[in-house]
Amino acid sequence: MALKIVKGSIDRMFDKNLQDLVRGIRNHKEDEAKYISTCIDEIKQELKQDNIAVKANAVCKLTYLQMLGYDVSWAAFNIVEVMSSSKFTYKRIGYLAASQCFHESTDVIMLTTNQIRKDLSSPNQYDTGVALTGLSCFVTPDLARDLANDIMTLMSHTKPYIRKKAVLIMYKVFLKYPESLRPAFPRLKEKLEDPDPGVQSAAVNVICELARRNPKNYLSLAPLFFKLMTSSTNNWVLIKIIKLFGALTPLEPRLGKKLIEPLTNLIHSTSAMSLLYECVNTVIAVLISLSSGMPNHSASIQLCVQKLRILIEDSDQNLKYLGLLAMSKILKTHPKSVQSHKDLILQCLDDKDESIRLRALDLLYGMVSKKNLMEIVKKLMLHVDKAEGTTYRDELLTKIIDICSQSNYQYITNFEWYISILVELTRLEGTRHGHLIASQMLDVAIRVKAIRVFAVAQMATLLDNAHLLTGNMQRNGICEVLYAAAWICGEFSEHLENPMQTLEAMLRPKVATLPGHIQAVYVQNAAKLFATVLKNQEGNTDSTTAQETSQLMIERLPLFVQSANLEVQERASCILQLVKYIQKLQQKDIEVAEEVSALFAGELNPVAPKAQKKVPVPEGLDLDAWINEPPSESESEDEQPKAIFSKEEPKHSRPRHTEVDEKELARRREARKQEQANNPFYIKASPSSQKVYQETAGVEHIPVVQIDLSVPLKVPGLPMSDQYVKLEEERRQKERAEKKKKEKKKRKEKRSGRGKKHDSGPESEEDITPAHMVDIVTEEMPENALPSDDDDKDPNDPHKALDIDLDKPLADSEKLPVRSHRAAEVVKSPTEDGEMESVASQEPKKKNSKEKKEKKKDKDRERKKSKDEKKKKKHKHEEKEEDLLRGQADEPVVQSEETSEVVAPPTSTSAEVSDLDFWLSTAPVPSNTQEAATVAAEAAPVPEAASGTAPASEPDEPKDTEMEETKSSKHKKKKQKKEKEEKEKKKKKKHHHHHHHSDGGGEESVQNGTVEEEEPLPPMSNYCLLAENSYIKMMMEDADQVCDIQGNLQDGSQVVVSVIFENKCDSFLKSMEFNVLDSLNCKLQRPEGSGPHDGLTVPFQLPPGVSNEARFVFTVQSIVMPQKLKGTLTFIVKNEDSSTHEKLDFKLHFTCTSYLITTPCYSDAFAKLLESGDLNGSSVRLEGINMPFHHLLARICFHHHFSVVERIDSCASMYSRSIQGHHVCLLVKTSGQTVSIDAKCDEPTLLGNVLDEIKQTFSQC
Amino acid sequence: MIKAILIFNNHGKPRLSKFYEHYSEDTEQQIIRETFHLVSKRDENVCNFLEGGMLIGGSDYKLIYRHYATLYFVFCVDSSESELGILDLIQVFVETLDKCFENVCELDLIFHVDKVHNILAEMVMGGMVLETNMNEIIMQVDAQNKMEKSEIKTRHILSCIPQYKIQYHSHHSCHYYGDLTVPLFQCTSRIRDH
Repeated sequence: MALKIVKGSIDRMFDKNLQDLVRGIRNHKEDEAKYISTCIDEIKQELKQDNIAVKANAVCKLTYLQMLGYDVSWAAFNIVEVMSSSKFTYKRIGYLAASQCFHESTDVIMLTTNQIRKDLSSPNQYDTGVALTGLSCFVTPDLARDLANDIMTLMSHTKPYIRKKAVLIMYKVFLKYPESLRPAFPRLKEKLEDPDPGVQSAAVNVICELARRNPKNYLSLAPLFFKLMTSSTNNWVLIKIIKLFGALTPLEPRLGKKLIEPLTNLIHSTSAMSLLYECVNTVIAVLISLSSGMPNHSASIQLCVQKLRILIEDSDQNLKYLGLLAMSKILKTHPKSVQSHKDLILQCLDDKDESIRLRALDLLYGMVSKKNLMEIVKKLMLHVDKAEGTTYRDELLTKIIDICSQSNYQYITNFEWYISILVELTRLEGTRHGHLIASQMLDVAIRVKAIRVFAVAQMATLLDNAHLLTGNMQRNGICEVLYAAAWICGEFSEHLENPMQTLEAMLRPKVATLPGHIQAVYVQNAAKLFATVLKNQEGNTDSTTAQETSQLMIERLPLFVQSANLEVQERASCILQLVKYIQKLQQKDIEVAEEVSALFAGELNPVAPKAQKKVPVPEGLDLDAWINEPPSESESEDEQPKAIFSKEEPKHSRPRHTEVDEKELARRREARKQEQANNPFYIKASPSSQKVYQETAGVEHIPVVQIDLSVPLKVPGLPMSDQYVKLEEERRQKERAEKKKKEKKKRKEKRSGRGKKHDSGPESEEDITPAHMVDIVTEEMPENALPSDDDDKDPNDPHKALDIDLDKPLADSEKLPVRSHRAAEVVKSPTEDGEMESVASQEPKKKNSKEKKEKKKDKDRERKKSKDEKKKKKHKHEEKEEDLLRGQADEPVVQSEETSEVVAPPTSTSAEVSDLDFWLSTAPVPSNTQEAATVAAEAAPVPEAASGTAPASEPDEPKDTEMEETKSSKHKKKKQKKEKEEKEKKKKKKHHHHHHHSDGGGEESVQNGTVEEEEPLPPMSNYCLLAENSYIKMMMEDADQVCDIQGNLQDGSQVVVSVIFENKCDSFLKSMEFNVLDSLNCKLQRPEGSGPHDGLTVPFQLPPGVSNEARFVFTVQSIVMPQKLKGTLTFIVKNEDSSTHEKLDFKLHFTCTSYLITTPCYSDAFAKLLESGDLNGSSVRLEGINMPFHHLLARICFHHHFSVVERIDSCASMYSRSIQGHHVCLLVKTSGQTVSIDAKCDEPTLLGNVLDEIKQTFSQC
Repeated sequence: MIKAILIFNNHGKPRLSKFYEHYSEDTEQQIIRETFHLVSKRDENVCNFLEGGMLIGGSDYKLIYRHYATLYFVFCVDSSESELGILDLIQVFVETLDKCFENVCELDLIFHVDKVHNILAEMVMGGMVLETNMNEIIMQVDAQNKMEKSEIKTRHILSCIPQYKIQYHSHHSCHYYGDLTVPLFQCTSRIRDH
């Protein structure tokens, strides 16, 4: 053994490490690939060794090679081996390698689940950290599902280092396993207020990322974020939040109103440019959402524009860029305020930085008006001429077209000008956007009837000079234009001045060099032209010209009949035969023009691009249904889809010259190269496009020299668009003059009558009339088309799956899968009462469906399917629940409350939804942001408030002393509060309703990690009957563990008691007052200023049959002993005719368990705690326990607030913590019907009492 | 979200590549080449933002880069990240490297990619910014390095643990890359306050 180790170390000495590898590669510049392949061989040897150090070294080198582009997936298993090393050093190497080369289809990932889980719960925080970092890169849906619960527990780890990583990785988990979002969200939300800024920042990061994709689900968090925004000083967090608000405001304009003030303050105060910029951005978003109205917002716009101008004028190119970027956002809604900075933006067009020029171009798009369109386009055309790079020039071209064609050619007053611009653009060499110009030409010619004459004339000249465009076939991007030209000339041939000439131009032999689809259009439209020419000529007496035309067609068309392009060939041969037939008829002196033109009669109308999609599906037509019975499985397998035209040739069919084998070819090539090298007349290859020719055998003998056409292509006879600018100017002036004349006349007439009218002033948008009547034919839509326009969403977007309502309370079925130690045993829970029986009978069915679901998931990863399945399942589930409900309709409400603990977090969020309205509707924001923050903090039901203090008593507390400053505002607030109360009440009712539903299916409560089995548990409730009389019933929940540790470190120990009041009589109960006789140790928290014996008003009234819940806060000094408090409830019973004062006594029992808080604990920490020796032991034995072990554990967890640390077979360790920080550890063992509990705690009295209470719990059942 | 972080030198040689989305090795190399092509042809005094290339991103993505001596640091991010914030983050990254390697230069990155990865892992996780505070980052990196050292020490293995600063003089012969020992980080570079 020792020898082996020594041997390993010596081997290690001779191994290359990463540095040696890098050095080696650098020393082998010439034969790098060869060197690396030997290295890979070495690595393969190293990976075969047992020594983990050697393996890790090898994997480390592989990671480097991966960066250089080498596929290292073959070593995936070795990477997993290194990952599972116990040494951090190697583990880190393994995880790094995995994060660089693992992905969803790496199959060994399946093997990592348990290793990662182990690492996540490692006592060493860096093991956990490294595992989280790695996992964030290669998490798969399976890993996400299996580890979601572990990661969620890590979110409340003691170390902030782990917490922040765990929080951050949750986003990836959500993406891969969307079902985890709802169960995990409450905790994620909690982390927004984590004491550690890093964790807080991570939580903000994740929620922002989620909210960006589905903002509407996160609106309810607005108050919380608002509070963070006004309190945080971390610019990273601020930027994220401000960006988030930018995404939220479009959904809630009221939010925008609230934001403007603090944001403007930030803009004024911050010195960080990044923050300033984001503030401006969000203010812009707010302004966009507010659209109009509020007059004082123009000031905000001005502020933004002014700040942006400063950025744009800055010498820092980055700021300039961002300034322009933000400016383009303002442009959309407030074009006027941007237009005044036109000079600045045009100036940016000349910037040397391409990114900036592009941004400036974007801005131009929105700055055009009817007035300045021609001018701006003229400027852009100048830039087109100057631009050197083709990409920028192409960008300019598309921008010109975008600008002109935007909103249905709104700004074009003269389409002749536009057509000539398009024609001018065809001069661009090497542009990729020929088709764009072509489609514009077609669009304009079709939709603007008045322009057709002009367009046809222009297109005819284009066709005539086609050789200029296509001079070099390599630049054939632009020849797409000819497609449009040919079609326009053919379709609207009646407008042609000289159709014969155009026909001739379209049948030139050179046309055959054009791309096939263009030739096809040529041929087809030549036929159209032919029809027109015939029509013209037949009117004349001379019939020979007509025959000549036919002859021309017959002579030229065979060229196309020989075309290799199917479409061209087909059309040409059809038309050739047709013309031949026509010629025959012509020779017989029969008039054919009418019939021929009938071939092309009728006008084509433009159809909207989305028209087809918008045709509604007729009623009763199911597109998914089979028309015939689907073919059976076996049939479809045999059948191959039949090729339409010819059988697909096998791929490996050899080319014709296979006689010459590869070697021979290579030899010849070599010889030829030699010859060429020695030949001084041979033009040597340059690394240009000619190279392509050299590869193909046979052509390379011909030296190809590219002839560069340096002469600018000027198509003769084309009007320059500039002329139009001048003409247009003159025309407008004339128009204006005429208008003035008219007005003067009018004025003169009027002057005699009434006073003067205001001067027409400078020309406004509306004054400019188009040069000629332009009727843009609107695109046709099918009848009863659907108006919806939401067909642009990408169905494959992974974020779509995360569009989940987070405010809905959690259902019982929603929980993260928890690991179980063993395969779930099939244990029938012993039935005790009817209710339990019903639950049990439900069990197998449910399990089946769950299993099925799992299988399905494994089978195919299509999320959709499994979702459908789930939906179905849920549906079934609900039905069952209803059945159950009917069966036990008379069950007391107590039972329905069992899940209250589980549901608690989401309900508090749902309360927030209604409170969002409240928050948004609160009085205008105070000028001081700090004040705003406090108001928000009060108004916003922060989780602390919701759980720590009793929200019910909140309205009564006169803590808002400053409220009394102005009576009116107080009044307002009160009113709002009332509203809030009412809303809360409604919510509460819903809440109860929900419980009823969840009753039947309530098998287990999700308390992080406490419940391990997937088997149903008997329903449990912490509510017990407090007191009851003929009028009212009071139920108390075991003093709840709502207080968080933070809270009670500061202000002692608080315990919250939830009491449900149920009105049992037919009368109205009001003025309820809750009072408790305080003891020395335990006091009811009363609002400031009230005496120690005053009662608390219950903040609601109870109509007949209604129940509602109120919470009361108690302060407890010592928690080691149970406590009993006497109390009285007084209330007024109101009938139609009378009202009586009634009273009900009760006793509040504070058990010691109620001071315990469920706290998760890790096995290592647990072990340390036990070892520390600070704890005193005690034990108890329970006899005759007749329930499965997991039920027992669940009961302890539920009733006594413990969490399971570890469970091995029939033995489990459990942990809990008191609100004052006492540790309580249990070791529960079972054998037969005896359960022994060994317990340790640092406070023996407390422990004794807790054990007594546990004993009592089990003696009751 | 950050989609990718690339470091390459003035000749396009990759020094670190971290993709937060999966691509095949070939595509990765193509992306690096394309990005280098886009970034390298830009002047020194133009803005640090670039609309993404064809391969990586799309309209929502931007390349944000900084050029230090012989190296380009390129982040490919989507619109949820603040542009100026990422610029600062790159600065923090380079400063952190400078602290960890003591006057970082290209050679440090050439020979210690793994270390650079480990430092980066403390800043960015799964494409999301994890930590921006340099002291915190350095503290965590140091703690992990200490752990690594102690592990190796206890095992008495006869291997030379690579020291942070190795002797570079023997490699000076390669002129192709220019001077690789130029410190990346100069005091003159702007630090925008954050």
